[in-house]
Amino acid sequence: MARVIIDPITRIEGHLRIEVEVENGKVKDAYSSGTLFRGFEVFMRGRDPRDAWYITQRACGVCTSVHAIASVKCLDHAFGVEIPENARIIRNLIMGAQYLHDHPVHFYHLHALDWVDVVSALSADPKKTAAFAANHNNSPKDSVNHFKKVKTRLKKFVDSGQLGPFANGYWGHPAYKLPPEANLMAVSHYLDALELQKKSAQLQAIFGGKNPHIQSVIPGGVTVGGILDVDHIASFKYLMQEIMSFIENVYIPDVLAVAPAYLDWGGIGAGHGNYLAWGLFPQDTKHHTKNQTFPDGVILNHDLSKVFDADTAKVAEHVKHSWYDGAEAKHPKDGKTDPKYTGLNDFKGIDLDKNEKYSWLKSPRYEDQVMEVGPLARVLVAYVRGNKDVQNLVNSTLKTLGAPATALFSTLGRTAARALETVFIGKEMEKWIDELIGNISKGNVDTANPIEIPDSGFGYGTTEAPRGALGHWIEIKNKKIENYQMVVPTTWNGSPRDNAGKRGPFEESLIGTPVADAKRPLEILRTIHSFDPCLACAVHVIDPQTNEIHKFKVA
Amino acid sequence: MSLKNQIIELGKKEIPRKDFIRFCAVTAATLGLPASYTQIIAREIQKAAKRPPVIWMHFAECTGDTESFIRASNPNITDIVLDVVSVDYHETIMAPSGDAAHKSLEDSIHENKGKYIVIAEGAVPTKDNGIYLTIGSKTGLELATEVCKDAMAVLCVGTCSSFGGVQAQAPNPTGAKGVQEATGLPKEKFVHLPGCPHNVKNSVATIVHFLLFGKLPALDHDRRPLFAYGEKIHDHCPRRTHFENGEFVERFGDDGDRKKWCLYKVGCKGPETYHNCSKVLWNDGTNWPIGAGHGCNGCSERNFWDTMTPFYERLPDRTPFGSVSADKVAAVVGGATAAGIAVHAAIKAKKGRLGKGDEEDTKE
Repeated sequence: MARVIIDPITRIEGHLRIEVEVENGKVKDAYSSGTLFRGFEVFMRGRDPRDAWYITQRACGVCTSVHAIASVKCLDHAFGVEIPENARIIRNLIMGAQYLHDHPVHFYHLHALDWVDVVSALSADPKKTAAFAANHNNSPKDSVNHFKKVKTRLKKFVDSGQLGPFANGYWGHPAYKLPPEANLMAVSHYLDALELQKKSAQLQAIFGGKNPHIQSVIPGGVTVGGILDVDHIASFKYLMQEIMSFIENVYIPDVLAVAPAYLDWGGIGAGHGNYLAWGLFPQDTKHHTKNQTFPDGVILNHDLSKVFDADTAKVAEHVKHSWYDGAEAKHPKDGKTDPKYTGLNDFKGIDLDKNEKYSWLKSPRYEDQVMEVGPLARVLVAYVRGNKDVQNLVNSTLKTLGAPATALFSTLGRTAARALETVFIGKEMEKWIDELIGNISKGNVDTANPIEIPDSGFGYGTTEAPRGALGHWIEIKNKKIENYQMVVPTTWNGSPRDNAGKRGPFEESLIGTPVADAKRPLEILRTIHSFDPCLACAVHVIDPQTNEIHKFKVA
Repeated sequence: MSLKNQIIELGKKEIPRKDFIRFCAVTAATLGLPASYTQIIAREIQKAAKRPPVIWMHFAECTGDTESFIRASNPNITDIVLDVVSVDYHETIMAPSGDAAHKSLEDSIHENKGKYIVIAEGAVPTKDNGIYLTIGSKTGLELATEVCKDAMAVLCVGTCSSFGGVQAQAPNPTGAKGVQEATGLPKEKFVHLPGCPHNVKNSVATIVHFLLFGKLPALDHDRRPLFAYGEKIHDHCPRRTHFENGEFVERFGDDGDRKKWCLYKVGCKGPETYHNCSKVLWNDGTNWPIGAGHGCNGCSERNFWDTMTPFYERLPDRTPFGSVSADKVAAVVGGATAAGIAVHAAIKAKKGRLGKGDEEDTKE
């Protein structure tokens, strides 16, 4: 048995270490460790509640804006203010822009190099590449000449001897299956997508003020009352068209072009098969409305015949294997944290028999069940809840690939679900802009309602980050933050063992993954990346009693 | 070489000539150099035989500065990665993980000793020997020292790597500090590009300045380049006239909000913040916070998380501003217009512009 430690896992947000045990060419066991602790909830305490959204947005700069939105929803609830219709639409448009940015960047820049061999692209014939592209996509750019130029540029780059971020990649690994032409096409689109993501960031900045880290939401609404004009709305619509053209003509076709070579990955990386979504894009202004474009729901044991309502009261966090004192599972709002760092020993391995702690991440569980969150969870919940657009997208994709429905529960399934929801969201956004125009033309230009900080109170807000279910909780005392808590996607997905010893989703999904070469663990990256890990916000601490870090032991 | 020949020369290079010249012009403008520098910048960059190695380190951070950096235009981000510099280590984009990633880092440090540029993102936790961040069995603190000590220059992008940032706000549970302060390395090679996140226009301009002149641009007392942090947001704010006229947004969603009046009374920290947002804007000129109706929160200032909060309270009620309150001034002078002017005068009297004495003389 070989023990493989991958630290850092790159092409993710944040600091993640994965340790696996490989036996007979397959992963036998796995351990996921978050290796950065920042202490958000500690410094939130005692601050002005209105500032919470601005501070918590800094939990993550990749899924920027999502914490801002979760937080203002939490504050709307705590302050007892309902936001105007226009504010709801603007917030949804900002959030939608985040998805149009985040998902393509994940596919091309964080995930693609797990499937695409850049070196192989050097031996591609540009003519064949153009033919391959014409067979798969509708990109007007993908001509023979274009691929010739890309290949020349790539060759010049490689010949310079300075390979930069591509040095020491796993090129030539037997798990790469694409023909050179597909690789060249993908490299070309990698570069195109790197330019395109700036447009999606601009899209968000139109009503977000800037990107990363928007600055235009407030409890009670949004601040864009001065720019609800033709100029800004027309820019938004125009940019949307350009971005959607890429998503529909390049991104989706690329997923469908790459997938056939990797259909075996439709049977790898399933995990526990439990899925949780809080839901996304509220369609009315009531707090915690169930009327959302992506509905909330819980699916258990791969069973697509049933979906349960998701209830935030059923969440508890375990710390038995996390670097915190204590063992009792607690609801986020009652949680307690005493950091207790015991280190990691690269030479010994993690000893579960001795209840070894091995991550800064806690283990949130839903009624003691391990839950996967993210695009696959959202798409499955919407599918089972009967959303026709989502059903059509999923069914036609399975049909095109000749894959069974069970292939959804996999590494490939996560990657496909991410692409499908991007196009679905884009189409919804186009309707919302028209709705906004309708309101304005009727003379409804309200963007924010007055607020007052309550002397004391409690609130929570849920939404979905691109990576999955996100919740914020606040307790207010004497008009100040008494306690603030976030339960974020990668805490769900990247969690270590819970009190019952059940593996977290990353860990469970790696079991059985083939590893051709333990020194070049490409296959492990595929499955981990399929979750789109985002560690910065996953590590947190709450301490309602004191704002000091407690004593810890270093083993 | 004649201008025409220069242009022909540039046309042979990989970056489309038109884009490249535009980049050089924009960079010259951002740096405050005369337009004639456009061609000089172009020539200097193109003649480099080996692309300068860049090692990008992530410490306690949110990756917002990486995200900001990849928004680069003029030159485009693809050109920067493929043609301008060699990004030898960058955890967010690099192909290898684990041991193979470490090899990339070690190879670059070893081969380019004293010749590589470090771009640092995120604060360094220092409390309890830095255990709050580990990367491959080393703490962030150990790595920061190891990587920065042989660097030619260290660019700290964002407020976290510059000053500690969000996690360093009181009570700073992990002892997070800016990279220079945490490592204690000589400050001469450090430059701070704070902002939450930093604006890519400023990092690209700083890199180009460094490649062009072989040294860092002129800096202020916090080691921020004067070209980007030499003037206040307020100095170039398009809503400035409303400030002078005493026309303020009183609450978000009111009539003044719709008329794009001054945000000072709902917390704008523009009068206290040295940054060029009001000149260069964000996302290729798409917008900026004040353009979206929200006040500036002062994110490029050293301890803004503690000194600029609460964000929705106006400045005179806060200590950095002295004891002069807008209401008191208004009561004495009478009338909103006079109040606005008087408050502004008070601000200038209290803080003033960055005095010559505060600047470090690193000018050419």
